[in-house]
Amino acid sequence: MIFPERYSRQINLKGFGAEAQEKLQTSKVLVVGAGGLGVPALLYLAGMGVGTIGVVDGDTIGITNLNRQVLYYESEVGMSKAAVAAKKLAQQNPSIRINLIEVFLSVDNALGIIEEYDVVIDATDNFSARYLINDACVILGKPFIYGAIQEYEGHVSVFNLKDGPTYRCLYPDYPSPGEIPDCNTAGVLGVVPGIIGTHQALEAVKVITGIGKTASGYLRIFDLLNNDQYEVKLKAKPENKRIKELQDNYHAPNCSTIPTLKPKQLFEWLNSEKEFLLLDVREQEEYQQGHLVKSVLQPLSNFDVRSVASKTTMLVVTLCQKGGRSIKAANILRDYNHDVQVYSVEGGMEQWQKEMGNKLIVS
Amino acid sequence: MDVILFGISREIVGMKKLTISTAENIQTVGALKQWMKQKYPQIEKLNSLAVAVDSEYADDDQTLVDENEVAIIPPVSGG
Repeated sequence: MIFPERYSRQINLKGFGAEAQEKLQTSKVLVVGAGGLGVPALLYLAGMGVGTIGVVDGDTIGITNLNRQVLYYESEVGMSKAAVAAKKLAQQNPSIRINLIEVFLSVDNALGIIEEYDVVIDATDNFSARYLINDACVILGKPFIYGAIQEYEGHVSVFNLKDGPTYRCLYPDYPSPGEIPDCNTAGVLGVVPGIIGTHQALEAVKVITGIGKTASGYLRIFDLLNNDQYEVKLKAKPENKRIKELQDNYHAPNCSTIPTLKPKQLFEWLNSEKEFLLLDVREQEEYQQGHLVKSVLQPLSNFDVRSVASKTTMLVVTLCQKGGRSIKAANILRDYNHDVQVYSVEGGMEQWQKEMGNKLIVS
Repeated sequence: MDVILFGISREIVGMKKLTISTAENIQTVGALKQWMKQKYPQIEKLNSLAVAVDSEYADDDQTLVDENEVAIIPPVSGG
């Protein structure tokens, strides 16, 4: 194996050297999420010479991402994160292989994508993806480097490394909806994911090369505001290592940037002078069985974002049966036009009926 | 007993650390969670808290003594 001069500082590093460098260059790392955590992780993995890097992200660059996702430029707003990241990383280090995977990780694609890699970096921003990555990695026997942040606090661990604990050994169950604030309502200081994502890159290097002590078996908590660190020793629970297949779905409250509206608030809006577009994104059959007055049908399955954006006021409320599709539709709309204010109705029509009965429902 | 708070639990309580008197007679991790829920009703919503006792992950049935240092660690998901 040839070690270009660019790695000389690592090859000359005591405790690292040519052997560890060769391990990096023959390793394959998958980074799920090219956002706040993924950007710094990707930059350093590429710089250090990880041989193959997979970049998974189905999202586009938004103006509000730029305070922390410093790989992206203002002129690239609206472009695919994964594609822009892959292009720049290939320029940063032309000798490595970058696999561009422009999708969100899902139940359908997770196993197929992860299978190809030695180590996974969980750089996602929602619980749903985190449980999916955990379960897929347990099934495939792959270690993954966990990182998560909220405000000034960051968590890092290495999960599923050999007999080590998994994410479910720390948090067996999803938080319930509304339990934990999402990153939009909580806000984030740009450098915080930078620090945690960089830690994830460091842990990946340790796992790949065997140098030092990894965070496997521990959760490391960084209180970056007060400069405190806390470490928790974890226990591997055998039942969490026995996952054989993925769940049918991983619906959980995600860190969507879409604020939600409770049925009661929507009721107040509908009874007020407020000007907004209420979009029902269910299928036609569902809509015909009962929908809210003033709601306009625009099924998610055939979502015509241009047409919606053209007729819209700058305030849109999306609504579906249970509150999942409406978030997807809201995200599409918001990606298309970042200036539109979009709310999704929490719990959808089912929650409306629970709270409001048949008020304002017509068929 | 000292209880270090992280994430949303720190926000709810409004402090980084709580000191709970022995008079409260809290004997297990599960009882501590119940006590917190009563005292801070917003904690009620948190069903996925991790708890550490003296820096080790602890299940609800683990017993507590006054000398223990407990940490309440709600999950965070941002990135």
